[in-house]
Amino acid sequence: MAGLAASFGSGAMTNSIGEVEKADAIFVTGSNTTEAHPVIGSMIKKAARNGANLVVADPREIELSKEADLAVQQKPGTDIALLNGLMHVIIKEGLHDEEYIKNRTEGFEAVKETLEEYTPEKVEEITGVKAEDIVELAKLYASADTAAIYYSMGMTQHKSGTDNVLTVANLAMLTGNVGKEGGGVNPLRGQNNVQGACDLGGLATVYPGYQAVEDPEAKAKFEKAWGVDELNPNNGLTVVEMVNAAGEGDVKGLYVLGENPMISDPDQHHVEEALKATEFLIVQDIFLTETAELADVVFPAACFAEKDGTFTNSERRVQRINKAVEAPGEAKADWKVFCELAKRLGFEMDYDSEAEIMDEIVEVTPIYGGISYDRIANEELQWPCPDKDHPGTKFLHEGEFAHGKGKFHVTKHIAPIESADDEYPYIMMTGRMLYHFHGGSMTRRSAAVDAYESDAYVEINCDDAVKLDIEDGDRVKVTSRRGEVETYARVVDIVQEGEIFMPFHYAESPANRLTNGDELDPKAKIPELKVTAVKVEKV
Amino acid sequence: MGTITVTIDGQQVEVDQQATLLDAANKVDIEIPTLCYHPDLTLHGSCRICVVEDAESGNLLASCATPVTDGMKIKTITDKVIEARKMNLELLLSDHPNDCMTCEADGACDLQELVYEYDVSEPSFGLMEEGKFEVKNENPFIEFDSNKCILCGKCVRVDNEVQCSGAIDFIERGFSSKVAVPFDQDLGADFSSCVFCGQCVEMCPTGALTYKPAKGQGREYELEKVETTCPYCGVGCQIELQVKDNKIVQVGSIYDEDHPNPVGETCVKGRFAYDFVDHPERLTKPLIKKDGEFEEVSWDEALDYTAQKLGKIKEEDGGEAIAGLTSARCSNEENYIFQKFMRGALGTNSVDHCARL
Amino acid sequence: MDQSIYRSHILICGGTGCVSSGCKEVRSSLEEELAERDLVNEIKVIETGCHGFCEKGPLMIVYPEGVFYCKVQPEDMEEVVEEHILKGKVVERLLYTDPTTGENIPSYQEIDFYKKQQRTALINCGYIDPEEIKEYIATGGYEAIGKALTEMTPQEVIDEVKESGLRGRGGGGFPTGLKWQFASDAEGDKKYVICNADEGDPGAFMDRSILEGDPHVLIEGMILAAYAVGADEGYVYVRAEYPLAIKRLRVALEQAEENGLLGENLFGTDFSFKLRIKEGAGAFVCGEETALMASIEGERGMPRPRPPFPAEKGLWGKPTNINNVETYANVPAIIKEGAEAYKQVGTEGSTGTKVFALTGKINNTGLAEVPMGITMREIIYDIGGGINEGKEFKAVQIGGPSGGCLPEDKLDLTIDYDSLLEVGAMMGSGGLVVMDEDTCMVDVARFFLDFTQSESCGKCTPCRIGTKQMLDILERITVGEGQEGDIELLERLAENIKSTSLCGLGQTAPNPVLSTLRYFRDEYEAHIYEQTCPAGACEELLGAYVIDGEACVGCTVCTEACPVDAIAGEAKEEHLIDEDACIACGACVDKCPVDAITQ
Repeated sequence: MAGLAASFGSGAMTNSIGEVEKADAIFVTGSNTTEAHPVIGSMIKKAARNGANLVVADPREIELSKEADLAVQQKPGTDIALLNGLMHVIIKEGLHDEEYIKNRTEGFEAVKETLEEYTPEKVEEITGVKAEDIVELAKLYASADTAAIYYSMGMTQHKSGTDNVLTVANLAMLTGNVGKEGGGVNPLRGQNNVQGACDLGGLATVYPGYQAVEDPEAKAKFEKAWGVDELNPNNGLTVVEMVNAAGEGDVKGLYVLGENPMISDPDQHHVEEALKATEFLIVQDIFLTETAELADVVFPAACFAEKDGTFTNSERRVQRINKAVEAPGEAKADWKVFCELAKRLGFEMDYDSEAEIMDEIVEVTPIYGGISYDRIANEELQWPCPDKDHPGTKFLHEGEFAHGKGKFHVTKHIAPIESADDEYPYIMMTGRMLYHFHGGSMTRRSAAVDAYESDAYVEINCDDAVKLDIEDGDRVKVTSRRGEVETYARVVDIVQEGEIFMPFHYAESPANRLTNGDELDPKAKIPELKVTAVKVEKV
Repeated sequence: MGTITVTIDGQQVEVDQQATLLDAANKVDIEIPTLCYHPDLTLHGSCRICVVEDAESGNLLASCATPVTDGMKIKTITDKVIEARKMNLELLLSDHPNDCMTCEADGACDLQELVYEYDVSEPSFGLMEEGKFEVKNENPFIEFDSNKCILCGKCVRVDNEVQCSGAIDFIERGFSSKVAVPFDQDLGADFSSCVFCGQCVEMCPTGALTYKPAKGQGREYELEKVETTCPYCGVGCQIELQVKDNKIVQVGSIYDEDHPNPVGETCVKGRFAYDFVDHPERLTKPLIKKDGEFEEVSWDEALDYTAQKLGKIKEEDGGEAIAGLTSARCSNEENYIFQKFMRGALGTNSVDHCARL
Repeated sequence: MDQSIYRSHILICGGTGCVSSGCKEVRSSLEEELAERDLVNEIKVIETGCHGFCEKGPLMIVYPEGVFYCKVQPEDMEEVVEEHILKGKVVERLLYTDPTTGENIPSYQEIDFYKKQQRTALINCGYIDPEEIKEYIATGGYEAIGKALTEMTPQEVIDEVKESGLRGRGGGGFPTGLKWQFASDAEGDKKYVICNADEGDPGAFMDRSILEGDPHVLIEGMILAAYAVGADEGYVYVRAEYPLAIKRLRVALEQAEENGLLGENLFGTDFSFKLRIKEGAGAFVCGEETALMASIEGERGMPRPRPPFPAEKGLWGKPTNINNVETYANVPAIIKEGAEAYKQVGTEGSTGTKVFALTGKINNTGLAEVPMGITMREIIYDIGGGINEGKEFKAVQIGGPSGGCLPEDKLDLTIDYDSLLEVGAMMGSGGLVVMDEDTCMVDVARFFLDFTQSESCGKCTPCRIGTKQMLDILERITVGEGQEGDIELLERLAENIKSTSLCGLGQTAPNPVLSTLRYFRDEYEAHIYEQTCPAGACEELLGAYVIDGEACVGCTVCTEACPVDAIAGEAKEEHLIDEDACIACGACVDKCPVDAITQ
């Protein structure tokens, strides 16, 4: 997000999902698309079968790898090196788009210089990917007329997450693939309304529509719109910072809405201590989650099927949700609770319906300027949609980037925080699997899904399993510097030797008890969930 | 591309050269029944229900599979056409269990509808007495009763062409032909590459493929249908919640080329992970922790208590001592109101969410 | 190639029929005998393809005399070598004996079976070594392609084929030249030619014989087609159950490549052609061209709706020409000798010859290539030697499971594509199954429906379920459970299956029923209304077996013969059959020394 905003001026999927079929080449990296975004995964498979070049770079041999023209398995945390290696080859082969670079971007020369040292041979040393595969992959991507990149948390959940994204953006600009139908840089959003939460001010640094809180003009605009004398002029704390500040007593009141940081945040012990240390913890959710257990007050919320509203999907499309059933007991739509609380705190917020809220959003959020419930009932609108006559935007940066010229950024390989050593000889990645979702509070309570995939597991390479005397289905203990987790072993060949993979959906075997929340990516404040040094033992 | 004019039941229709007779008929709202045709799938041409008569030669043509030719004259309802459709329906019925009373698909079965419409009340070949095939239902999601299958192949096509799973295909020959996973096992078996997206069930014109969790939960015509957006990942699939007595009983597909999931795609979570909604562990009343134990309280008590606590922190330590985690699961409107509340009422910009996790 | 001069050549038929009757052993024995007598440098033994007279195999012809020996056994070889080769005396007992005159006939040209044949497609079968390209070339092989590539434009090749009147030999009889014209006219950056060698009609083996006996004629025909339509790649789709055919074709392909007859820039032109073999898994429906292409593409062999026809959108979506083996085998002769010469044989609408596979209750079974326009009677009586065991002719099924049964009054019909269609049969691939008075026509229809039903791909409703319903009704009739209305229902079903099935397999599946109903309706009626089988073939309709008490001598032979202990009786006393236990197997009848058991 921070990365794409820096490169292009806007941090969202540049193109639309339906454009998958228009790409001549598709590069998937850091996204296990068929499990985390299955519908897009199928579309990519279909595009590949219809002749698009599909290339995959992922530490695991994911389902799309089997479908790909070429798939490589880089070591976790070596994405910049790999991407820089690809760009090195592209420039050397003359496959870059000089015209585009000249007319539409800036900062290329410095990047070009940095790339010189990223020869395929050197990149092979860092990433473990064969030099000839790096050359081949670069050609498959860069020789296509229109090439799209799809990535997800495999790119961002690193210490170097922002730089990873900047590097992806460099690659796309180098080949002139941004601002073009069927191309682009497409981060896939993990949750239904991550995009909407970001768009509408759910970030510590911006008001709705990415208007900076530190920008006095924006502040004045919102003070006027909301009837507030003085809004706070300083950036707030991000998720992990909040939790840390709570632990240190700097945050005394914490309001957690529909989240379960006990499961989804890194270093579970640390999160638990911080939440316990919070003076007043409010949790608003549909279940009494692991986090809610620690709360002082719990508000029962209505779920997606019990209220009206809108979600904004990964491709910036604003879509309706419609009430289908009544909420159980006294559970309420979340917004009604905030309004009630605001009233009690002397801040008047009064709305009759979600549509009325949308009308206010539209007033203060330029990118949503032309959206209304009436319009989206009949039209498909993707922001930016600045006014009532605007048809929405299928792909971004056509002709010009949001902030004028696209910016190349120099990035260099940075080693992950933890590496394998004698005590913790394995590198653990965390991630998603098809049948469960995030903290599991919904899917683990859906009978059919949980009956089919009921047990937590860790994927271990078959050669490692032999060394560790572990058989498929054995109970194993995985230990990091922060804790230990017991789970079932799945002996597979899709993870490489020395690496293991654990989905994070299972409260009984929480992968995030092991991960590291200390050192964040400096810009996006994302923890390095994808590289944790661990040891594995049979129980 | 050029156009061609054909005459259908006396009406002249101008269609593009690639059009089929079915396209041409649809263009002038002449309805032709089909079982194996689906506009989003490749042409299969197997059910032979959509036959129409070529007025000149008297030949029967499968309208879904026959391209238009210039000057063609077609009749969609003649004795010959009706007889052929009826005979093929009789044949399908002869190889189909006669259990509409208890069938999950009752009311949502294209075969049932056509058999009714064409009044196949006394099928010439009798009815299936006992099933030829074993019902496969070991997995928790989809029950597969091949006895009810009419081999229209829509499931096979949606699986291979849209979902791209390659989980099912035809096996065996002649009268023993059926759709199956490798080695004729259950959809959930080890060798199966089924990912339970449920698109085959949506496409199935009969009760051969049905949702297990929806079994006995309600008839098609009893269900209230609400279009909405899937609550899981960021693709934003449009889905149809099918509700009976304030309970979601199944999730259906919507086919609209403008949607992010134009062919009714969704994954196993969107399709099957809905029963958390009425899970007994849902929170139904506000809770306040008193002496380490949660106690159910009224909304007023909970709200007053919370407002008072937050007010006190704001007063004593300033708004920056309060932080809020908003939610990527909540709606745009709620996210907006939450940050407005945090920023406007409490004076803090510490509003963030798990976009990064 | 062996350049030595031999004083004699001995041709041993190496077709699949003769292989199964033991020609390999005969050859070894012959070679041993020759070696013992130090004759290997004087006498050359050649294993050829099929001679067609499989009934009499293993076959052997000794040249230069042209003496034809049949049913030869390994132990006969000593005598053949001693008497014929060394002493020049024909071994009379191994000659073919004319069944009517009782005379031994030494020369195969004089044998009735061969006398009325006229060979184009099979011209080399049985006379050349199929694994030796030079033998094919020596007979004028590959002259046609040389002529076409150097003297003719592709359109001229098509025109010549059009002019010849050649029609597809595999089924519907579509004009070959016109088919080529469509493929030639279709736009495409890539085109294919395919040979359908998925011969599946019960009893038909002409394609196999050509592949085994003269594979180069097929290759040459396909090269000509590829040149004519503009294809650079071809497939021969041949069933895996034809291992010998595949082996010989493979050898032929290698030799053609080695000799520059396949590959890049043939005859120094810019025409290139690559030909490969695709083995089919033996599904009858894969003989249907769209199913065949699906199978080559790696999909399940299921027909696709036509149009688009293969000429427009065929293999991998590219324009494709498909013909069968026999059709391609006719092409080199047309190009070499010219359409005019080719047209001299046959009738106006059906030129040239057709190979028929004669089977059933006929004396001479085997392959016969005859000019179009010959009568059925000539084929059955003159070439086929009439009906077995002196029984009466009843019907002939022509055209395989898609064809029809013709009765005695159609024996003088002249055979061509159109005359056959008129009488409710079809040329098909040329299978002829001859039936005698003991054959039940309802049972024949049941047999063919059983075949098509189990070979149906299961895709479309009328073929999958309709043929099954027809089969059920026919089965019911043959066991005496026929009902009033069954015949009408069969007719309705047949009409529906014909007019609404997806592919040719379904559309023609009812033909055996329709033609037997047309010509032998009384037999159906007898089964249904009188519970009798006029031919005495349907066991369930035969009365129970009874022992004539006066004739019975009480020998107990029948008691012992009965597999289910249904016959009781003391020795030397009258025996009795328990009707309920009797399974009507007839074992007792055969054993009874005094013919006391009857039905």
